[in-house]
Amino acid sequence: MNPKTLKYILKRIVLAIFTIWVVITLTFFIMHAVPGGPFVGEKAVTPQVQKAMEAKYGLDKPLFQQYLTYLTDVCRLRFGPSLKQRGRMVIDIIGDGLKTSAKLGVIAAAIATVLGVILGSFAALRRNTVLDRVIMVITTAFVSMPSFIMGSLLLVAFAVRSHIFPANGSTPAGLVLPVITLMLYPMSYITRLTRSSMLDVLGQDYIRTAKAKGVSRTNIIFKHALKNALIPVITYLGPELAYITTGSLVVEQIFAVPGIGRAFVNSITNRDYTLIMGTTIVLATFIVIMNLVSDIMYKVVDPRINLE
Amino acid sequence: MTEGSKVNENIKNLSMQVNLDDFIPATAEEKEYMVQMRPSTTAFKDGIRRLRKNKVAMVSFYIIVIITLAAIFVPMFWPYKYEMMLGMQPGKPVDATFNNLKPFEYSTTEQALRDQGQSVFPHIFGTDSAGRDYFIRVVYGTRISLAVGFFASIIVLVIGLLVGSVSGYAGGKVDMVIMRIVDIIYSLPDMLMVILLASVLKMTLASKLEGTPLAKIGSNIISLFIIFALLYWVSMARLVRGQILSLREQEYVLAAQAAGAKGSWVIRKHLLPNCVSVIVISTALQIPSAIFTESYLSFLGLGVNAPMPSLGSLASDALNGLSSYPYRLVIPAIVISLIVLSLNLFGDGLRDAFDPKLNG
Repeated sequence: MNPKTLKYILKRIVLAIFTIWVVITLTFFIMHAVPGGPFVGEKAVTPQVQKAMEAKYGLDKPLFQQYLTYLTDVCRLRFGPSLKQRGRMVIDIIGDGLKTSAKLGVIAAAIATVLGVILGSFAALRRNTVLDRVIMVITTAFVSMPSFIMGSLLLVAFAVRSHIFPANGSTPAGLVLPVITLMLYPMSYITRLTRSSMLDVLGQDYIRTAKAKGVSRTNIIFKHALKNALIPVITYLGPELAYITTGSLVVEQIFAVPGIGRAFVNSITNRDYTLIMGTTIVLATFIVIMNLVSDIMYKVVDPRINLE
Repeated sequence: MTEGSKVNENIKNLSMQVNLDDFIPATAEEKEYMVQMRPSTTAFKDGIRRLRKNKVAMVSFYIIVIITLAAIFVPMFWPYKYEMMLGMQPGKPVDATFNNLKPFEYSTTEQALRDQGQSVFPHIFGTDSAGRDYFIRVVYGTRISLAVGFFASIIVLVIGLLVGSVSGYAGGKVDMVIMRIVDIIYSLPDMLMVILLASVLKMTLASKLEGTPLAKIGSNIISLFIIFALLYWVSMARLVRGQILSLREQEYVLAAQAAGAKGSWVIRKHLLPNCVSVIVISTALQIPSAIFTESYLSFLGLGVNAPMPSLGSLASDALNGLSSYPYRLVIPAIVISLIVLSLNLFGDGLRDAFDPKLNG
């Protein structure tokens, strides 16, 4: 690997670590800006009990010391106990939710990427035919529809009206609709991305050379065109996973999927501060790392890209 | 050869090069070449002409205009108000027959009036569970969503323009510090930060706003604007800075300066016209994304304050009665998708028409 690439990767890693630190710091200070602290709204407590609770959670110490304690705790993945779900640790709630959410997200991302590449290549190879037009119109419509609306409409059509799929997402069959909801937007985006980059590649000189040499059509498409056309898709993988992560917040809510997204949304309505902080930090770290990985992959895969 | 004799030589050459044929009056055929085929246009007129040819963009434009005009004017003459619970008249017992009417259905009191031969204004989309006319709520929700999208984009534009131009003009250390801050905000996961900020601002702002004129707008919309001001200006700042840096180095700027143009002339005639299209287009494309964010937050219950409706909160409320009244979800869903789709397509059309550089 040449030193220029290495320098770029190092720079990006430093920026990513710095971003995660900013997220943790912001989360901490935003949460402390809430008036009254985390115990407001509890059943009436005497001042002594209030004091005791604050001492227990270390809230009586100076703010900066609390911040330092919090920072070291976060690095050891200690987010403390949930304030509303008695006796449960935040990290356990997140862990439980992650299992379901990861399944949902990975399936959605995989289907979206594969289908998007296939549809995009087809549209490009059959440019200006009816097939191309239909694919473009449908994907344009999907790109303009917010995920929560898509999810609600699918819920009406397939679960409420016709009972084809269960409305509750806690069973494997119940994951079908949430997966479809989550994958439609990234699939459409990847389709459009693949189509335009495929068209770009098909117009290149080396494709004409390959044709002139008598390379078969299949070989041209798979070995020469697709390989190069997929490079822009790599850059979208990070944002795609970020979209699926944030999209799953509402989608899990709509379909009652017991994942990390629903835990997050519920923690906001319940004002469960430790859970809000924990979930935000875990999800944000995931998104930052995914963006970092997809950016680095992009630069490493294509030697033509100028690093400056 | 000395300097003086060189000049003399040149003058001699010049006198010898004069061709007498050049002074013969032009023939009719030669005059043809001087006829203007088309009146000269400005870059703006040319862009408008290209935009008008783009059918998709024009249809989108008309859809946006119709929706916007309807959102502004329909609430002015509509007989029902968005917050009016029709079953709750002062001094009368609550009339529950107004609640949950199907489209074009009438409550018992309204039906009685109709039987007497009086005309009652129909509830085109029926009423909601609190007996409020659903049509006017959708229209009003559209108004709120459009207004939020518009003002959020203006905020983003102003802050991005200021920071971007300062960064571009100042250069050096100022530029570096600003750009590192931009890098970090840019790589923050925006939606998570938005949810976090919205949920906290919702609690802190409400008490502070009480009694001020801003309370009328509602703490949640204000916090939405604050979020846009904090997080979303970065791409605009990057864009403006990039524009200024690249335009400053263009040959035509150098040429204008060499021809003796003053700074103000260069800015007015060269930098602004080249910059404006890119900035306007990116602001136009910001509006749908702001509407998107607002509806997402409303859906999570972090959007507009009740009883004010927005398209997102209407969709969210509709989830409760989904099996009996699916159209209450479908209607705002269609409106929001239509707005976002037309704004996106129109923005794309604008970019194609006014920024030929991007088309390649």
